[in-house]
Amino acid sequence: MIANYGYKDGSGDYFIAIDTDKCDGCGDCTSACPNGVFVVGEDANDPLRDEPVAMVSEDQRKKLKYTCAPCKPDRNRPPLPCVQACEPMAISHSW
Amino acid sequence: MITAGIDIGAKTIKVVLGQDGKVLAKRLVPAGLDTAAATQRALDEALADGGLSKEQVDRFRATGTGRKDCALTDQEITEVGAAAKGILHVFKSCRTVIDVGAEEGRTVRCDGNGKVIDFAYNEKCAAGAGTFAEGMARALQVPLEELGPLSLKSERTVQMNAQCAVFAESEVVTLIHNKTPREDIARAVLDAVASRIISMVRKVGFEKDIALIGGMALNPGFVAAMKRGLETDVYVPEDPEYIGALGAALAAAE
Amino acid sequence: MEEKKEFWRWKEYRWHDEGSDWKDADIVSTGVDIGSVSSQAVILLDGKLYAFSNQRTGFDSPESANQAISWAMEGTGMTLKNIHYTVGTGYGRVNVPFADRALTEIACHARGGNLMYGPSVRTILDMGGQDCKAIRCDERGKVEAFLMNDKCAAGTGRGMEVFADLLSVPIEEVGELSLSVQEEPPPVSSTCVVFAKSEASGLLREGWPKNKVLAAYCAAMAHRVVTLLERIEVQKDFAITGGIAKNSGVVKRLERELGLESLKSAYDSQIAGALGAALFAQALETKRRKQ
Repeated sequence: MIANYGYKDGSGDYFIAIDTDKCDGCGDCTSACPNGVFVVGEDANDPLRDEPVAMVSEDQRKKLKYTCAPCKPDRNRPPLPCVQACEPMAISHSW
Repeated sequence: MITAGIDIGAKTIKVVLGQDGKVLAKRLVPAGLDTAAATQRALDEALADGGLSKEQVDRFRATGTGRKDCALTDQEITEVGAAAKGILHVFKSCRTVIDVGAEEGRTVRCDGNGKVIDFAYNEKCAAGAGTFAEGMARALQVPLEELGPLSLKSERTVQMNAQCAVFAESEVVTLIHNKTPREDIARAVLDAVASRIISMVRKVGFEKDIALIGGMALNPGFVAAMKRGLETDVYVPEDPEYIGALGAALAAAE
Repeated sequence: MEEKKEFWRWKEYRWHDEGSDWKDADIVSTGVDIGSVSSQAVILLDGKLYAFSNQRTGFDSPESANQAISWAMEGTGMTLKNIHYTVGTGYGRVNVPFADRALTEIACHARGGNLMYGPSVRTILDMGGQDCKAIRCDERGKVEAFLMNDKCAAGTGRGMEVFADLLSVPIEEVGELSLSVQEEPPPVSSTCVVFAKSEASGLLREGWPKNKVLAAYCAAMAHRVVTLLERIEVQKDFAITGGIAKNSGVVKRLERELGLESLKSAYDSQIAGALGAALFAQALETKRRKQ
């Protein structure tokens, strides 16, 4: 399942996509992210899934443009810590 | 040389008439539905205030969201440029100016000569600017001018879940219904706008001294929220809503 | 004091099948969907629809849940004790006091949509009161991809309510009225409801008739939703659930832009979430009994 967390508002599209088929719930993203964007827990979207899955936290879900801003400077953007930390490459950003 | 700076904002039109670095007259008029008419009116009233006629104005320069459609002149300066020029004229040590209007917020880093080094915008979403506060004042049933003073009575932080001006109005209604004190709600609203502006400011970074201009700078609760969030002092010049137009008038004189 | 007419208010209603008897059922399962704007309760007897209710959510989620289920049970002689398993869903799902489990609206809308529109449905758009969800599912109603936007009012029922109020048109009439234009006007350019509202006020003062302004807003909303759908890649068959499915002005323009017709259902579009929840409840109770 491709879970897209985030939003679109007048100023743009800000989505983080997590491929839950690839995610094994290891939690590396939660340590890599400096702003608490990710949490790992029971998949409330898939009642049949037993293993934990990474999700975007409820606190940050509607503020991603601002929360992720420190990792996304306008110039010379380095690779994103969360994307780099995820070995199965389950995480991607839309902006 | 007498110059006229015209700041055509989303909600209000500001005109500043200047000569040799001094303000001769200034005027603010609601933009209403006919921006061109409002602009003309603002200019006419400013001229009358200064005892001047239109012919005495040597140069015009327009800024603000409506600057490209200004019938009075085709000479423009960006809002970012105007903010930097304007603030340095009244506050020489300023290196970061934050301009929060009705529909847009912007942050500008400049050097001691008013040259723009970097900037960022919060645009196209009402939650990032003054309109958010306006809607909430309505939901709280207080006049907009009283929202700030009301918020200053609060001593605690209440988190708002809604990140949208429309949803926040419903949330305010729920908070009122749940007997949350109105001053706490007012403060939560201003904290929310401030946090969105501050995120934008942090993205570009800031250097002291910091100034706050634009219509929202007139709101003492918002200024307090900005100081709290930035954890540093923020200077609000006199007539903060005119700084853009002032900058345009100064640019025209160059 | 003059009473202000509430143009955003839609009719609340309930229904139950008088020809069925819940006492004969092996499993009585319930789904309760507490949304930020509306709440629904659905009761199934062995997986078949028996009763439902649809009403505006109050200030208190647990209270809304209690009211939703009571109203669904009205006239049936049922009480909470007769229900074997309840799944709560929606924004207020953790606040359904009598629920055995809480599942997200994403999972429930896919499952509910699969029953309401048939196993051929692959893409479901749900425009709720304060959110907009795009879901892609398989033939069993299992979610393959989803997106939910609940940060911004544009593309949600609230956005439409703001316009209904602005134009003093009862929300249930917005769709038809918007389709009564001779020629499609350009959409309002802002994708922010607040800015679109200012733009619309300007258009009204320029002399635009109400139906033209509504057409422009429905078109803007439809276009915005299409861009969200594109993120999860639309596949046919396509269906629309939620309150906005009843707004022909948005539905027709959406279908036009997607080049796809949306499936119709005999079930009420607003109960998709609660229906899916009730189906999960039935499956979970069956599983529980086997253990």
